[in-house]
Amino acid sequence: MTAVPDASPTPTPPATLAVEMRGIVKRFPGVVANDGVDFDVRLGEVHALLGENGAGKSTLMNVLDGLYRPDVGEIRLFGNPVDFRSPRDAIAAGVGMVHQHFALVPTQTVTENILLGLAEPRFRLDAGRYDERIAQLAHRHGLAVDPHARIWQLSVGEQQRVEILKMLYRGARILILDEPTAVLAPQEAAELFRTLRAMVAEGTSIVFISHKLAEVTQIADRVTVMRRGKVTAAGVPMAGTTTADLARLMVGREATETIEKSPFEPGPVVLAVHDVEAQSDRELPALRGVSFDVRAGEILGVAGVAGNGQSELAQVLTGLRRCTAGSISVNGVEVANHTPREVIDQHIGHVPEDRTGVGTAPDLSIADNLIMKSYRDAPVARRWSIDAGAVRRFATRLRESYAISSPSIDTEARLLSGGNLQRLILAREIASQPRLMVAVQPTRGLDVGAIATVHRLLLDQRAAGSATVLISEDLDEVLTLSDRVAVVYEGRIVGIVDAADADIAEIGLLMTGGRASAVIEPADATRLVP
Amino acid sequence: MTAGAPARRPGHARFALPWTVRAERRLEVPRWLPIATTIGAVVVALIIGGLILAFAGGDPIAIYAHILRSSFGSLGVLSDTLVKATPLILTGLACALAFRMRLWNIGAEGQLLMGAWAASAVVLVPIVPPGTPAVITLPVMMVAAMLAGGAYGAIPGILKAVRGVNEIIVTLMLNYIAALWISYWVFGPWNEGGFPITPQFPQEAWLPRLSGLAEAIPATSGLTVHLGLLIGLVAAVLVHFLLYRSRLGYEIRLIGDSPRAARYAGVNVVRNTIVVFAISGALAGLAGMSEVSGVVHRLQLTISPGYGFTAVIVAYIAKLNPYGVVVASIAFGALILAGREIQPSGIPAMIQGIILFSLIASEVFLRYRFRIERRAA
Repeated sequence: MTAVPDASPTPTPPATLAVEMRGIVKRFPGVVANDGVDFDVRLGEVHALLGENGAGKSTLMNVLDGLYRPDVGEIRLFGNPVDFRSPRDAIAAGVGMVHQHFALVPTQTVTENILLGLAEPRFRLDAGRYDERIAQLAHRHGLAVDPHARIWQLSVGEQQRVEILKMLYRGARILILDEPTAVLAPQEAAELFRTLRAMVAEGTSIVFISHKLAEVTQIADRVTVMRRGKVTAAGVPMAGTTTADLARLMVGREATETIEKSPFEPGPVVLAVHDVEAQSDRELPALRGVSFDVRAGEILGVAGVAGNGQSELAQVLTGLRRCTAGSISVNGVEVANHTPREVIDQHIGHVPEDRTGVGTAPDLSIADNLIMKSYRDAPVARRWSIDAGAVRRFATRLRESYAISSPSIDTEARLLSGGNLQRLILAREIASQPRLMVAVQPTRGLDVGAIATVHRLLLDQRAAGSATVLISEDLDEVLTLSDRVAVVYEGRIVGIVDAADADIAEIGLLMTGGRASAVIEPADATRLVP
Repeated sequence: MTAGAPARRPGHARFALPWTVRAERRLEVPRWLPIATTIGAVVVALIIGGLILAFAGGDPIAIYAHILRSSFGSLGVLSDTLVKATPLILTGLACALAFRMRLWNIGAEGQLLMGAWAASAVVLVPIVPPGTPAVITLPVMMVAAMLAGGAYGAIPGILKAVRGVNEIIVTLMLNYIAALWISYWVFGPWNEGGFPITPQFPQEAWLPRLSGLAEAIPATSGLTVHLGLLIGLVAAVLVHFLLYRSRLGYEIRLIGDSPRAARYAGVNVVRNTIVVFAISGALAGLAGMSEVSGVVHRLQLTISPGYGFTAVIVAYIAKLNPYGVVVASIAFGALILAGREIQPSGIPAMIQGIILFSLIASEVFLRYRFRIERRAA
């Protein structure tokens, strides 16, 4: 930590606290999201804000970022009281937040998105000059991204780098990261942590919202734990705190860390992928000759850094993207370049990467979302009509057996939390009795309890004899659930290993193209938690 | 900083109002809110319209009372209001259905004209021999109008589905082609006496009016309401059933809410684009048949005073709900009728315009919650 330059006379007494939030209360219809929360961040520290989904972490930080105004409570920055009316006020005061859901304009380039809303450039956009500046900024922080690329062409991981760059470019002194690693692979996360460490060393304060215990122990200096709108542990130093303690404070119960997995009993080959090639949205090669088999009762994990062809692989398998070469057969039936409808008819379930944009229709009811895959078949459909009674029975049954918590089956899907939304999607996909399940990032952004549910449902499918392709950037998840792990790098499968005797360091090397410099320090830490 | 010091906002020099308004994004929209904002918007529009009327030297209360009287004041004018509402119901349903799938069909006017033309062709070509009883003639006219409107609606549907052509431009332009097509037939082959009208249809091609019951029920004497209203009401029920109780309707709602989710669910978006445009066109075409057969009994140049355009507003006010379309159509039918009574006749048009603007503006209340806060001293 650097000392404050003593030459400059400070108008306020030298503050050791960058952020001081006192007695914050924020109510929403029917819930008290923050109930008298105190929170403070010291200068030049990484302060983790830990809690389950719905604990009130994001609300608290949205208050700090000026997006919400607290009903009660006061905020001080560097000792001075502030009253932000918008995120613009907040960033002017040095508070920048990188949200979970990105605020990027899909049709614009990286540079344009970063410059958007800034006073400079005023009128004429000299893109070349700014491209260069942003490329340098990106390079300096190890956030590889092409300034010319348009947002819609980028993977989710790349888009997040743009969001972080946006705040860095605006010179945030207090950076709030809302679950930044949720979309990052371990190497990318390690990169990010190095970036954060460097920023902290220069005096920046960082609030790190997370529900991953391992990364909190890895990056944070102190931690504040929230549960149901209240603080259960305020600013505890990480030294001397164990992940078990934190888990207890966070969920109010012992998080079960063991997953019971039935013995591996592979059946016949269900999915056979042979030399598949496909292009990305940017019409660049995304898959370059991918081949693998998955057997009944087997989970094949696909590990890799974001943007190495995982999204395209899932889309090709489910009929949502054309493949330019190769064959895909499910139970001996060729499905490559068939319509999504024909693929669904082959009993291929799909838990998509984008829960809110693809996996559900936000303004339709839970019932309407649950019949998305079965609305053509009895009992929901009777010829061309839909049997409203059958829909209600079907939806009620799934809502109860999958514990989708909502006021009713008529509740709109957009009102569901991430965990409930994922339960809805899994309920629907499993109800269609898939022989092959393609699950992409099934636990991203979910809390510990919801993750356990999703894992259990996937393992139940495995035990029931379904073949599963699990595409995830959470290496621990892949290793825990999978029978075999395929590692993708630049659109190729660079290795398939048995999960039981997989070496995480070796997988890490494969994921990064085998460069020795990519040996990862956090390997041991990430093992700690499911 | 000492405790108890008044909080002071740094660096803000704004108007010294004692309160500020702050907008917050709504997480949840209560069920009653869309209805409340719609009613509120109409009330605000009427107040604004009233202010303009007062400024122009009129007595707004008297004018509104006059509008009400001249639209709902007696059985006779109520009947006339319903006659004006009939084509609005059918074209409003056409728009509401297409808008549900986010297909911006601005071509209900053109589809209505093509329907009117095809229905006229049935008796003017003639397609059914003269003297064919009404029970055959009228259904044939309806089918012809729906086919013509549907085919005309399918054109932008096919262009959008296959080539990705913007449907707003295509439907808008097709309106002009349809108008010129009508113009050609009423000035040319079907012209009567040099006026832009065709010969009158035979009685078998008239939709029965309520006044036809005058012998049995004297009170219905002179009432112009015709069977088209019933067709419109049945269509509203059918469209509601289609949207909420059919596979196609489910697909329409799914595509309308999230095209990517629809593709993921295996919905054939290309086929549905064409099908929905065709159904939408068929409904508008039926409005054309209802006008030539139920109101004027001939095809003429001024067969529609822009029903197909008013339908866009009607569908919007109804929040795309088929039954809401019926209610909104009657309200707009009343305004059209009042235009006949009030001088200058632009006043109802002005009120229509203000209502639309006010409705669009009211959408913000659905998305944001507003709070008025006292400004700290």
